[in-house]
Amino acid sequence: MTEERVITCINCPMGCRMTVTLEDGAVVKVTGNTCKRGDTYAHQECTMPVRMVTAVVPVEGSRMPLSVKTKSPIPKAMIPKCMEELANVRLTAPVQAGQTVVADVCGTGIDVIATRSIA
Amino acid sequence: MRSKKELVIIGGGPAGLAAAIAAWEDGIRDMIVLEREHHAGGILRQCIHNGFGLHRFGEELTGPEYAQRDIDRAKELGIPVRCDTTVLSLSEDRVVSCVSQENGYEEIEAGAVILAMGCRERPRGALGTPGTRCAGIYTAGTAQRFVNLEGFMPGKKVVILGSGDIGLIMARRMTLQGAKVLACVELMPFSSGLNRNIVQCLQDYNIPLFLSHTVTRVDGRDRLTGVAVSEVGPDRKPIPGTEQYFECDTLLLSVGLIPENELSRTAHVQLSPVTSGAVVDDSLQTSVPGIFACGNVLHVHDLVDFVSEESFRAGHAAAAFVRGNLKSGKTVRVQDGKGVRGTVPQTLRTDTGENVRLMFRPDAVYKNAAVRVLCGDREVAKRKQMIFTPGEMAVVDLKADVVAGLDQDITVEVG
Repeated sequence: MTEERVITCINCPMGCRMTVTLEDGAVVKVTGNTCKRGDTYAHQECTMPVRMVTAVVPVEGSRMPLSVKTKSPIPKAMIPKCMEELANVRLTAPVQAGQTVVADVCGTGIDVIATRSIA
Repeated sequence: MRSKKELVIIGGGPAGLAAAIAAWEDGIRDMIVLEREHHAGGILRQCIHNGFGLHRFGEELTGPEYAQRDIDRAKELGIPVRCDTTVLSLSEDRVVSCVSQENGYEEIEAGAVILAMGCRERPRGALGTPGTRCAGIYTAGTAQRFVNLEGFMPGKKVVILGSGDIGLIMARRMTLQGAKVLACVELMPFSSGLNRNIVQCLQDYNIPLFLSHTVTRVDGRDRLTGVAVSEVGPDRKPIPGTEQYFECDTLLLSVGLIPENELSRTAHVQLSPVTSGAVVDDSLQTSVPGIFACGNVLHVHDLVDFVSEESFRAGHAAAAFVRGNLKSGKTVRVQDGKGVRGTVPQTLRTDTGENVRLMFRPDAVYKNAAVRVLCGDREVAKRKQMIFTPGEMAVVDLKADVVAGLDQDITVEVG
């Protein structure tokens, strides 16, 4: 099955509008990009889009919530599930920046870690 | 109480910390950083998203992580950062008046002062949007503080006015926390935000972006109940008959940032009507000798990496001033030419033997264009770039030998 998708490149302010042709889910053609980075991005975005997720979780004994991030980007489709898992996290102070908050979030093999310390 | 310090830095955000670190590395020890919040780190503390530090550290950090690197470095060096301390005024002869719960009212005579107070969001009052004064209207940064630092949500159904990066980031943030973001409304025919944020904060969550539109009415007695949105013509005036209505309880404003220069005014520092920041030379010294400015209080940056880079320079220059060996001599003025707004610095010393970086904003989108620096009719620097946009600060560097050869005022232009 042939499918065409129009996406915006995010690598630079040019924001090239690229037309990506997919056949059975595989990228066969990219047009509209100005440079190679656009081509690479189009392949990634149309086959396996990933995103960093950042959020905050409450910490017992702290007025300020803890900011967290996925250690590396996770599949875009997993973002809602990731947020659900984070909604159930309960931590107690102290927390160290870099500490694992959720291991292997949503079975992605990627940890969610603290991005600040709370004393 | 009255005391003396060789160097006083006003503001403990990324600019103030970088300036302090640079001055310390140059041997200045008798210094203090004054910060009005309870923690150092400035606005980065609430910017929990990632994307900071790519230029400076070669990796993408979140705001708190970026800030922590400078906080840790300052701590390691032993730089005193005094939090919960508000500076009330600054005089032309560099007396800093400040107040804190711990020490009460104080005056510090400073050998040099670095202004690093950052910027503020343009508020609702500056827009003149008709309607009631109900609850539920916040600047995007205030909402960001509520959600990320205080841990509560300002509303459930949201419209965002303005498509600056903070507004886009908050569209995603509010959505991920369970709110419904109905629309992002932008007056101009283009967004001032990064493409990356338009894709990853709006398109990822199917939030429509209405370009050439604005909010023409807000309704609600106690709490916001809805906003009317209309299309605007090329004159940016609403077009009758194009109104659509969004029922919502929250309106976030992301309509521009303004350098916070109240203290600069008390010291009679000359301000630029274009940048709203101080007029500075290439050492980042203002019109008042011994007072320097860097970061968003000088001109609003897009990237904290450039704030840090600029602030290191301010710190080195302030240290040289304290030592009495900041070079001064012949200067030329830097003027905005065609397509260019708000070039910083506004004057250059020509006899320093140092390279100089000029920063500015293009006034529109220019594709396959070049930035040129002209000294009279002579082109002294040129750099091609695939695209210039108003949302992204542009730079052009002048080599030391080029600077030394400047014999009259220079003009920066894009086209």
